[in-house]
Amino acid sequence: MIVEIGHYALTLALALALIQAIVPLWGASTRDASLSGVAAPAALGQFAMVALSFGALVYAHLASDFSVVNVAENSHSAMPTIYKISGVWGNHEGSMLLWVLILAAFGALVALFGRGLPPTLRANVLAVQGLISIAFLLFILATSNPFERLDPAPFEGRDLNPVLQDFGLAIHPPMLYMGYVGFSIVFSFAAAALIEGRIDAAWARFVRPFALVAWCFLTLGIAMGSYWAYYTLGWGGFWFWDPVENASLMPWLAGTAFVHSVAVMEKRDALKVWTIFLAILAFSFSLLGTFLVRSGVLTSVHAFASDPRRGIFILAILALFIGGSFALFSLRAPMLRQGGIFAPISREGALVLNNLFLTTTCAGVFLGTLYPLALEEITGEKITVGAPFFNLTCGALLLILCFVIPIGQSLAWKRGDLLGVAQRLTLAGAIGLASAVALAALENGGPVLAPIGAGLALYVIIGSLSEIAARLWRPGTSPGAMLSRARGLPLSAWGSALAHIGVGVTLLGLAATGFGSEVIASTRIGEPRHVGPYDVTIDSVQPRVGPNYLDLVAHATIRSGDTIVATIEPAKRTFASRSTTTSQAGIATLWFGQIYAAIGDQSANGAIAVRLYWKPLVTLIWLGACLMAFGGALSLADRRLRFGVPVRGRARAPAGAATAG
Amino acid sequence: MKYLRLGLVLMSLLAAPLAWAVQPDEVLADPALEARARELSAELRCMVCQNQSIDDSDATLAHDIRVLIRQRIVKGDDNTAIRDFLVSRYGDFILLKPPFKPETLLLWVGTPLALALGALAIARARSRRHVASASLTAEEEAKIAALADNEFPR
Repeated sequence: MIVEIGHYALTLALALALIQAIVPLWGASTRDASLSGVAAPAALGQFAMVALSFGALVYAHLASDFSVVNVAENSHSAMPTIYKISGVWGNHEGSMLLWVLILAAFGALVALFGRGLPPTLRANVLAVQGLISIAFLLFILATSNPFERLDPAPFEGRDLNPVLQDFGLAIHPPMLYMGYVGFSIVFSFAAAALIEGRIDAAWARFVRPFALVAWCFLTLGIAMGSYWAYYTLGWGGFWFWDPVENASLMPWLAGTAFVHSVAVMEKRDALKVWTIFLAILAFSFSLLGTFLVRSGVLTSVHAFASDPRRGIFILAILALFIGGSFALFSLRAPMLRQGGIFAPISREGALVLNNLFLTTTCAGVFLGTLYPLALEEITGEKITVGAPFFNLTCGALLLILCFVIPIGQSLAWKRGDLLGVAQRLTLAGAIGLASAVALAALENGGPVLAPIGAGLALYVIIGSLSEIAARLWRPGTSPGAMLSRARGLPLSAWGSALAHIGVGVTLLGLAATGFGSEVIASTRIGEPRHVGPYDVTIDSVQPRVGPNYLDLVAHATIRSGDTIVATIEPAKRTFASRSTTTSQAGIATLWFGQIYAAIGDQSANGAIAVRLYWKPLVTLIWLGACLMAFGGALSLADRRLRFGVPVRGRARAPAGAATAG
Repeated sequence: MKYLRLGLVLMSLLAAPLAWAVQPDEVLADPALEARARELSAELRCMVCQNQSIDDSDATLAHDIRVLIRQRIVKGDDNTAIRDFLVSRYGDFILLKPPFKPETLLLWVGTPLALALGALAIARARSRRHVASASLTAEEEAKIAALADNEFPR
């Protein structure tokens, strides 16, 4: 019964989305306030219905109701509760429902906190958001119904794909979707501005918090996915330039460009048309990513569903929204007036350069991801575009961009002083260069890129720090004055410095992979293996029973000299229901580096195949991403105080204003 | 519970052995030759997997090619010869870095081209705006002069 209620609620959500899309558009164009006023309650109602529907599916999974196809195929009664919940979106139908839930949630956010927006803008934004909801609700109801019943119901479920039975599944997809789908709001704002033919700095102020929220979640989501791959795949790879990863990287690159250009628009009223273009682009890549993953057009590990009917449906959605928005863009963009003027050497100029490199990188990822598909379709010839290609093209572009980061941050708005910037960055540049040379000399013939990357990373980190330092300290400033200046600096200044430091930190982690070491050897119990600065000994190998699996666990000790620094338990996990085996890596974090161990088969003489890695500074890769997201959140906190325009800020208590994020 | 445990232990014995990327028994004794083998493997795609190099893959085919590469290295073949041999056998599909040829021209020049076009577009937009904002038409000059005369009579 509850399952049927869920299905019915989803249908009601579609009806409400239709109202949310059509009535306000009409109202906004005829200036009828009562018609446009329908948008907000419709959006809230739609969210409530989708949430009810999602809740029903979660219930079916928790109750192990195997009369529902979705549950029978992706769940098992012996699974731990957390995987029963995360299993809801560990399959095609459920993950689409999560997608729509987040879409509706963002619409509800605008409905709740958008009272400060101009009424027609709010109506149009919600209407466009409603249009997207219609498309995806239709998609779910027509091709991917999660509430389909099964008769007769099987006695036991088929279990969730063992690779997905991990804590990573509980958080990676929701975060990624918050990012992906969050850009839908940015898109809706852009479309609404184009419909109205009006855009100004206030628009940028409204849209920026949403863009930052989406960007922060996307950053965390990608980092989380990368760490998940790192600890499950058994050999410590963390980024593969897999089409599905690229699908999430493209909106991130376009979104990063957007977050930067919208800052220019807000501060200087410039780059309007370009910012609108980026807003459309970012969400177009989100849709493209959804298409690539969901249609099964790329047969990759992530495509746990492939059905050509679905592919064609999403392709139609893709064509409709991307085509429609770009058509609207080409019609209306010439009407948008260009604003502030700036010299080429200025903060704005640097941000234009940033946008050029980010969008070109995005184009490179796009080309590399889709070229093999297109070539095979046209000529029938199969080629592979893999990591070496992307590292060569996109990697190079991003490295150059890293070089520009501290320079851009130090330039003044309107007209900058390159010589002054060079002076300010002398220290950062000198330290970066010196450490690159020193590392290259120490390493003596290893990978060339590692020392260069490390030097560049230090330059970015110190450069970003010195930008803040220069704003706080001048010769003769007392510590007290510095503190009060630090407090006076807007949070967004701290936020952007922190985010850029994060870029440097991630780069440092990436560069340090070149200094790691590995041991692949058949190892006897008690025989120490030397890897990096540590010795790893396997003390015993024992079976251990889990709720729905059996582990073969190796208990290992890590020593530095004679002192024990950590113990790890790499394991080989066998799942009962699907008789598949996965590798559970044993990881010990020592400072920022990690010892990473995976075990293979045990031979007759008791020796066990072991892969050991020493990965210096490897955690910095993900810590850097967390710093970036935290920087974004700081900027968000700053904006929040000013969101909702002055009128509202004054009318309400500060506590009320603070919720208007 | 005891029987369940026993059953699980038996099942784990029956389950397929966990194959892996490079296994201990594959590794060559000479570290220099092994390093070459690893470098080569990282550039080659496991044909039956999705976007994985044979160095990372645990598929049987990847294992076979890894062993084949090592046999050829020990025999004294250089990297190019081994790569050419594999391409002749499996086609360009096996190369993670696609070769530069007419069919892949757009792939390779696409990104630099995009960068160049973008830079050009920015430069053009700037110069156009510069002209638009800097120079006024004779008519506009006259209008300004008239306005100025009204405001501040000479």
